[in-house]
Amino acid sequence: MSAPRTLYDKIWDDHVVQQDADGTCLLYIDRHLVHEVTSPQAFEGLRMTGRKVRAPEKTIAVPDHNVPTTPGRETHIDNEESRIQVEALDKNARDFGVVYYPVSDIRQGIVHIVGPEQGWTLPGMTVVCGDSHTATHGAFGALAHGIGTSEVEHVLATQTLIQKKSKNMKVEITGSLRPGVTAKDITLSVIGATGTAGGTGHVIEYCGQAIRELSMEGRMTVCNMAIEGGARAGLIAPDEKTFAYVMGRPHAPKGAKWEAALAYWKTLYTDEGAHFDKVVTLKGEDIAPVVTWGTSPEDVLPITGVVPAPEDFTGGKVEAARRALDYMGLTPGTKLTDIKIDTVFIGSCTNGRIEDLRAAAAVLKGKKIAPGMRAMVVPGSGLVRAQAEEEGLAQIFIDAGFEWRLAGCSMCLAMNPDQLSPGERCAATSNRNFEGRQGRGGRTHLMSPAMAAAAAVTGHLTDVREMMAENA
Amino acid sequence: MDKFTKLTGVAAPMPLVNIDTDMIIPKQFLKTIQRSGLGKNLFDEMRYDDNGNERPDFVLNQPAYRRAEIIVAGDNFGCGSSREHAPWALLDFGIRCVISTSFADIFFNNCFKNGILPVVLPQEAVDELMDDARKGENARITVDLESQTVTGSDGKSYPFDVDPFKKHCLLNGLDDIGLTLEKAAAIDSFEGKAATLRPWV
Repeated sequence: MSAPRTLYDKIWDDHVVQQDADGTCLLYIDRHLVHEVTSPQAFEGLRMTGRKVRAPEKTIAVPDHNVPTTPGRETHIDNEESRIQVEALDKNARDFGVVYYPVSDIRQGIVHIVGPEQGWTLPGMTVVCGDSHTATHGAFGALAHGIGTSEVEHVLATQTLIQKKSKNMKVEITGSLRPGVTAKDITLSVIGATGTAGGTGHVIEYCGQAIRELSMEGRMTVCNMAIEGGARAGLIAPDEKTFAYVMGRPHAPKGAKWEAALAYWKTLYTDEGAHFDKVVTLKGEDIAPVVTWGTSPEDVLPITGVVPAPEDFTGGKVEAARRALDYMGLTPGTKLTDIKIDTVFIGSCTNGRIEDLRAAAAVLKGKKIAPGMRAMVVPGSGLVRAQAEEEGLAQIFIDAGFEWRLAGCSMCLAMNPDQLSPGERCAATSNRNFEGRQGRGGRTHLMSPAMAAAAAVTGHLTDVREMMAENA
Repeated sequence: MDKFTKLTGVAAPMPLVNIDTDMIIPKQFLKTIQRSGLGKNLFDEMRYDDNGNERPDFVLNQPAYRRAEIIVAGDNFGCGSSREHAPWALLDFGIRCVISTSFADIFFNNCFKNGILPVVLPQEAVDELMDDARKGENARITVDLESQTVTGSDGKSYPFDVDPFKKHCLLNGLDDIGLTLEKAAAIDSFEGKAATLRPWV
């Protein structure tokens, strides 16, 4: 009998094309997702060397980072550089014959939302994209991670990557979450506990009752931010929820192929006794709604906390905390719930799915955003947007005073016109609170969609549980 | 890709931990469809004020470090976004080597694809080299990939590990796509096998 293997081991083993004596492997890639920002130089590289895309039918392109989220974008993008990048993707998709969803297509959206939605992402696959949040697809039990542009070119040309195997890390969330606590709070709390380098060199498998109890949307939120914990990839073993989500999607297998796939997918779990190099365990009951106070995703605190002082830290983090507090304009000892907010952004590949919009709308129903607040919802895809309209969520957002936008990455990284001004403070459902991330000088607090919605109503960071108690 | 063999140069000290790729090259410069020309915007928001003037206190604006070829950095350098524009910007500025206790995985890989050597050393060694770097032009650091050593200005040597395949590619300036395409038969055979085992993919 062979040694017990982790889920990561199993997927890895099934994709090794060739292994060298030093452990360097050629790994086969089942799905390659492409967007307009990290691919132009890769396609240009192919042209200059006369190379082709080896498997255009496994290559899916969609513009998301640069695209405006306001009407009229199908015909014109004002920013010249953005327009050139989107046009370059149009041309590259056409010239090389890859699958393509232009902005005029209702299926367009953030690449990490489109992949699962269309059934391109399936359990047991290897999935890569020139984007660090490719980790999202790990929610399906797919080995998925971000790559650089040189590697994008390598995958386009060869459908493989040169890789060495990472270590195995287990993150277990035991028990159940308390009311008002979400997948976003899990993933932020894990990063708060392990630090942004805690997962470096590892692939994380998330497991435990609280993970099992999450929907597929929630699992995608958890895996999405594996990269913020330093891990290239996060994985969750597929189960009945996974299969139910995948079944019937446009590019999911059908008929006999579905049955064969299902039989294989059911073997995708970590064997009893398999070895993990690192194990982290959190109790689901202990996780509170959290927000970030600083400029690193590890700067996480429960909403009931206060802004820390640099002296609360050790080593290089002391100076980093001092710099972060200065950048964020915060004074140690301030209650987090006393921090006033100018802008609320709900969206991104972390929290731009239908369940996220439902959670935010549940908080906003019958309420108005605070006077002077700028608030926007940017659905993760055209299909999420259409579904939210059908469910009446869009109207709740609009009635509350939110802008109801078209799909894209938007203010998560502010490459399109949706940006913060210097000093502007934002409650964001996205994934990074780095300096300048949402606009030069902009100040980002990361949180769940429900927490962001609560902040939109009160005008300051808010414990959504209190608002839920009022509503009850 | 340019070869990396041996480099002796000025090292800029950047002790801040968690320097992310958004800091190295902010998103507004990712709109290019080329690899070149990003050096002037390396560390843009740390390097220039709101009016585009240089901030005199930023390390790469100081006379001693304007031509730095090495950065000695705090823990977890290059975390965050996968953007290869980060190594492109470093390279375009003239940086060929970054020394730290740890790097984020994707950035680490991206460096090797662009002729930049990321060197991982223990905390104590990085602290000593950081002090060296603070001496400016008076303290040149030597990085020798062949012998896998970093040598400080006082002659003290620090050995480092590097993946043999990555070392080989960097020493010879090899394009790894070309190398992989030589294995086309193995890829064909894998695809044939996978089509039987997992026909739904």
